[in-house]
Amino acid sequence: MRQDLTVQQMSEDDDRSPPLDLRCGAAPSINRARNCSGEAVSGSGSSTSSSIPASVPVTVTEYQSQYPDQVLEIVLENVLQFLTSRRDRNAASLVCKSWWRAEALTRSELFIGNCYAVSPDRARGRFRRVRSVVLKGKPRFADFNLMPPDWGAHFGPWVCVLANAYPWLEKVYLKRMSITDDDLALLAESFSGFKELTLVCCEGFGTCGLAFIASKCRQLRVLDLIETEVTDDEVDWISLFPEGETCLESLIFDCVDCAINFEALEKLVARSPFLRKLRLNRHVSIRQLYRLMVRAPQLTHLGTGKYGPSEVAQRQGDTEPDYIAAFAACKSLVCLSGFREITPDYLSAIYPVCANLTSLNFSYATITADQLKPVICNCHKLQIFWALDSICDEGLQAVAATCKELRELRVFPMNAQEDVEGPVSEVGLQAISEGCRKLQSILYFCQRMTNAAVIAMSSNCLELEVFRLCIMGRHRPDHATGEPMDEGFGAIVRNCRKLTRLAVSGLLTDRAFGYIGKYGKLIRTLSVAFAGDSDMGLKYVLEGCPKLQKLEIRDSPFGDAALRSGLHHYYNMRFLWMSSCRLTRQGCQEIAQAMPRLVVEVIRSDDEEETDNYVETLYMYRSLEGPRHDAPKFVTILR
Amino acid sequence: MAFERDLNLEATELRLGLPGTQESRSNKRSLPDMNIVDDQGHRSGSSRVISNASDATKSEEETTPPSKTQVVGWPPIRSYRKNSLQAKKSEAEASGIYVKVSMDGAPYLRKIHLNIYNDYPELLKALEDMFKFKVGEYSESEGYNGSEFVPTYEDKDGDWMLVGDVPWEMFITSCKRLRVMKGSEARGLGCAV
Repeated sequence: MRQDLTVQQMSEDDDRSPPLDLRCGAAPSINRARNCSGEAVSGSGSSTSSSIPASVPVTVTEYQSQYPDQVLEIVLENVLQFLTSRRDRNAASLVCKSWWRAEALTRSELFIGNCYAVSPDRARGRFRRVRSVVLKGKPRFADFNLMPPDWGAHFGPWVCVLANAYPWLEKVYLKRMSITDDDLALLAESFSGFKELTLVCCEGFGTCGLAFIASKCRQLRVLDLIETEVTDDEVDWISLFPEGETCLESLIFDCVDCAINFEALEKLVARSPFLRKLRLNRHVSIRQLYRLMVRAPQLTHLGTGKYGPSEVAQRQGDTEPDYIAAFAACKSLVCLSGFREITPDYLSAIYPVCANLTSLNFSYATITADQLKPVICNCHKLQIFWALDSICDEGLQAVAATCKELRELRVFPMNAQEDVEGPVSEVGLQAISEGCRKLQSILYFCQRMTNAAVIAMSSNCLELEVFRLCIMGRHRPDHATGEPMDEGFGAIVRNCRKLTRLAVSGLLTDRAFGYIGKYGKLIRTLSVAFAGDSDMGLKYVLEGCPKLQKLEIRDSPFGDAALRSGLHHYYNMRFLWMSSCRLTRQGCQEIAQAMPRLVVEVIRSDDEEETDNYVETLYMYRSLEGPRHDAPKFVTILR
Repeated sequence: MAFERDLNLEATELRLGLPGTQESRSNKRSLPDMNIVDDQGHRSGSSRVISNASDATKSEEETTPPSKTQVVGWPPIRSYRKNSLQAKKSEAEASGIYVKVSMDGAPYLRKIHLNIYNDYPELLKALEDMFKFKVGEYSESEGYNGSEFVPTYEDKDGDWMLVGDVPWEMFITSCKRLRVMKGSEARGLGCAV
């Protein structure tokens, strides 16, 4: 198993390398680390030796040394510059020590899928020249209130280390991290060439933090806030962008639910000639949108704010701006979203751009099938479509009839309850499967479904990589036959040979999991809720799915025996989440003791002591650092 | 309990169950001949379901729902999206995109666009045709006295009112859903105070 490798087991071929001082005259600006200090990403074993600091950087023309290994290393570094895939880099780094070193010095994009798997210091110790960091924190089920607040995933410790280690840092991408205003302030002050900040599903800061970023990051190209909670500190952050021409290419703030200074925004857009992506929040009216569009016809991605007339304008009977002309002027527009608080009549304004659209997000637009049809019938190039189920099966049929290039479909429920009649069903799914044969990714919320429709999709949409079906009523069987949904999901894993992500729902027996274990050989992410009969279900999956990295399970009858059956695999996984299952503390303890590099967290929902024998939530993940020191009191880390 | 019957709490009660479910005071489970949604005979979605430990074969806890979600985090929609939709939903329904209509005793909900009707008589006729019942004369003081079925609606504030109590224009902007109740249960609704 790859994880058993340590530095010592790697090839010894660089023992013939010259002593450090002779290298000083040889290599172009390279910091030499003679020993590794642990492996950051792929989870290999680590040694604890320290690294020896850098040699003086010189240019290649001063090269004097004749050592062949030197040449090889230089060549290697130059070649590795072109290797971008992190998986390829991880593989390259395991060839031998010199490859490990060369790779560490040339990796500029650092990806950390679990912020607790490795410490900031360890990452900094290995990778010396990082320009871009991706950091992910909480597990996905935290989005659904299954984890108490203040669990962790703090950006603070990371930003401190990054600030010291990487003065040339340009990009930061954070997902499900807890960020404070101070963190953002430090970020803004520490990196003079900072270019891109993307925050997805984060929380903990407010417009104060945004103000720091806007005012201090003079080279900022991208500020993207996606489904992130931002508190309203009543700071006019938009006004704080630098005067004069900006470098801004992307400004996404639709989730920032605060009023903004529109005049400042308009001026900002006017002085941002490179702006291509702009997503507004609902506080921007449609008239204001018009003014912005007129200033930025070069936009490729536009997210509207409130998409409908204000009552004030209606009462005054003002003449409406020519919205159609504004859209028509945006010849490069390929992605539209927003449409909050929509007045469907105004949809006709987007007709001029429909033919070029590759992405359309109506997931906040409560429109009916009849309102959708005149728009969608022109969207022949559409690849990504998000919508509310208010469009009904009929709307989906219209999509299927026109959008032959569709790659990704998401249908969200207007009414996220269980026992209501749903407007979309197996009919819509069947239609999509027949019309959109290139479909790669689907997320579908519905109240009822049949195996037949799911089987149809499995045989029609052979490119599927992501299949997420959420039948909202728990334990719902096939609507037509009353049978479990086993055969449908079975067909998906059997027929869709490229499937890497699966979310199941409805009434499911262990048989469904048998299918997943037998056929789901490429599955990396699996989400299970209210499914299965016994431990066998989980066993099938843990024993059968070699690529499984992320497994999240809730409210399913899997117990300690099932947990044990995954011991051979847990070091290959990013995490396992099991909540409201049949795990005992004892069972979890056994895992913790058997696997020292696994952090086994037992999370209670509140301060009450566990009265039950069952563990409420188990969250476990591989880590090089052992138990974290910032765990709140409702988290117990088992040893 | 006679006291509760007089106050007609049931009529104003917010319910989540399938329309027409009978709820006996002591046990909130539905009648077995109502639409069963899973093969465990376990109908999810009854309002205020708490202490059914004897029935529950699942290990999740069902908490008292202050809002309409009964199980934490299910269905898996981010609260950001839910909140955006909540505001939208009541707006949408108030502006007449569609409202749901349930009738006591009928197993299915219907949906109608209020905007396509011009006044109360048209709406009532449509309801009568849809559900095959007859509604009596409406009078301000007596409501639909004498009818076997009475049309009621839930307004923006969550109150249940008699259809006809407010002017039509106000009705279509404030009506969130309709329920055709048994006449006996509607007593006390919308009485002028």
